Amino acid sequence: MAAVQTRSERALNRLAIAAVLVITLLFLAPIYWITSTAFKPRNLATTIPPTVVFQPEISPFVKLFTKRSQLRSAPEPEVYAAAPWWERLVFDGGEKVVRSGRGEVQLSGYPNRFMNSLIVAITSTVLAVGMGTFTAYGFSRFKVKGEADLLFFILSTRMLPPVVVAIPMFLMYRAVGLNDTHWGLIILYTAFNLSFSVWLMKGFIDEIPKEYEEAALVDGYTRLEAFFKIVLPEAATGIAATAVFCFITAWNEYAFALIMTNRRAQTAPPFIPSQVGSGLPDWTVIAAGTFLFLLPVAIFTFLLRNHLLRGMSFGAIRK
Amino acid sequence: MATVVMTSLDSKSRAASRGLSDIKIRNLFIIPTILFLIVFNIFPLIYSLGYSFTDFRASTNAPATFVGLQNYRELLNDPFIWANFAITAKYVIVSVTGQVVVGFGTAMLLNREIPFKGFITTLLLLPMMLSMAVVGLFWKLLYDPSFGIINYALGLGSFEWLANPEMALYAVAITDIWMWSPFVMLLSLAGLSAVPRHLYEAAAIDRAGPFYTFFRITLPLVAPILMIAIIFRTMEAFKTFDLAYILTSQPTTEVISIRLYKMAFQEWQTGRSCALAYIVLIMVLAITNIYVKYLNRVKER
Repeated sequence: MAAVQTRSERALNRLAIAAVLVITLLFLAPIYWITSTAFKPRNLATTIPPTVVFQPEISPFVKLFTKRSQLRSAPEPEVYAAAPWWERLVFDGGEKVVRSGRGEVQLSGYPNRFMNSLIVAITSTVLAVGMGTFTAYGFSRFKVKGEADLLFFILSTRMLPPVVVAIPMFLMYRAVGLNDTHWGLIILYTAFNLSFSVWLMKGFIDEIPKEYEEAALVDGYTRLEAFFKIVLPEAATGIAATAVFCFITAWNEYAFALIMTNRRAQTAPPFIPSQVGSGLPDWTVIAAGTFLFLLPVAIFTFLLRNHLLRGMSFGAIRK
Repeated sequence: MATVVMTSLDSKSRAASRGLSDIKIRNLFIIPTILFLIVFNIFPLIYSLGYSFTDFRASTNAPATFVGLQNYRELLNDPFIWANFAITAKYVIVSVTGQVVVGFGTAMLLNREIPFKGFITTLLLLPMMLSMAVVGLFWKLLYDPSFGIINYALGLGSFEWLANPEMALYAVAITDIWMWSPFVMLLSLAGLSAVPRHLYEAAAIDRAGPFYTFFRITLPLVAPILMIAIIFRTMEAFKTFDLAYILTSQPTTEVISIRLYKMAFQEWQTGRSCALAYIVLIMVLAITNIYVKYLNRVKER
């Protein structure tokens, strides 16, 4: 903007920048706090006043991944001497815990839940984006009778409250043995994301000029060839953005996972809060688990930053 | 309900004669998705509609007996259910108002030349991308009365946020505001940046005051997008489950989804919970209908 600013406008602008900085710091403070707690020794995690400066440690992550049991006193010197380096990190923090089992390392429940989350989120994303892209193309390029009603029907399935759908699904899954299985969750998340994927992909495909395919048809391509060789490559960015949105939604989902799984197929969102349980929780371990779980989403948010608006408005607003 | 019926297609007949016909491709592309959604969303709902007229309990093997509209009658006359709806309404109002004030305010501040604006905006959007359940969990740490950082920062001593029945719902709403104000901000920013600059220049030439400019130029032009944000957030806040369920277990924070969850999966009153689910469902569909109208209106601009 070449507009000449008066002195008062410049002062106002500076004030706004300062306010934006303060707001940004306030918004990031909770995320910073959980991240820093993940690297604290246990005795500094819940101090008053809060500990801000400390020597970062990775022992919370060691404790997160291995099964542990409480000892009455500090470990014996021979136990300490026989322990691997990462085990000593935990002892050095003055903790009276030892990994359970006689010698062999047992994994905690966390890595398994994390894997379940990955399996369920990735599979349901592939299915939802795959089917969604085909359907979006169908709606975008062909005349469909009652198109507006069908699209409303598709969107409305996304708006259903999870608990409402979960009651009959729970009964049906129980009848066919899909409770507490990966496929049970994958089907639910695919259905949930499918409507979103259709709406978003339709917006992306609408933007690809029809003339591209028509030229290909004239050149002797069949409609299917034109779709795979012309439309799909053009829609690649849109497909990637849609996939990331679907992945994040499935990754974060809680209510279905809480109701439909309990052990074998449990994902991380119901598992992480259940660790708080009884007694004095070790907040450094919970923070470490939370940090690892949030990390992929934070990375994806940065990759997705130019498409966030579009995704969040179901493709209604384009930038 | 509309069905996918053959209609004339605009493609060239020569092209249509090669490979699969356009109509076949269209049906092949659309019908599986519709079927999938019918099987996994609509069929379960029909299934639960049936149960909503029975006294079925999923925890026993006793066969369901038909009780007609009794579940609906009892639910609609139950003052405790109405209390749950009142809590939900209060939560929606507090939470959405907070999000609009913070989100729109931040968007107004950001709608000017600010160094690293793109980077700052992305950072601000981070909270809404996170898992609600996990956010609820770590806000428990922040709200802790003895070592929580919120009490320390505000100098509140050992103020109880979550154990206090009066405060708990507001504590949940504050967390929700933290998470979702960025959403309102994102949409408002899109609306604000689309306001033509010459309108502001004209207003400045006419010596219009900042209030006049805001209420006569900015707000009317941003309103459609802001409405989308408000309706969407209202719908989501109405359905809210994760945050309130994880943060507290107070009776004063028992929003309708939590009541429904407890009725279905802790008290195992399956038939009754199906009826309640239907009452909730009709409300959600009504809001969805309004929402889609606004989505299409903004799309057409």
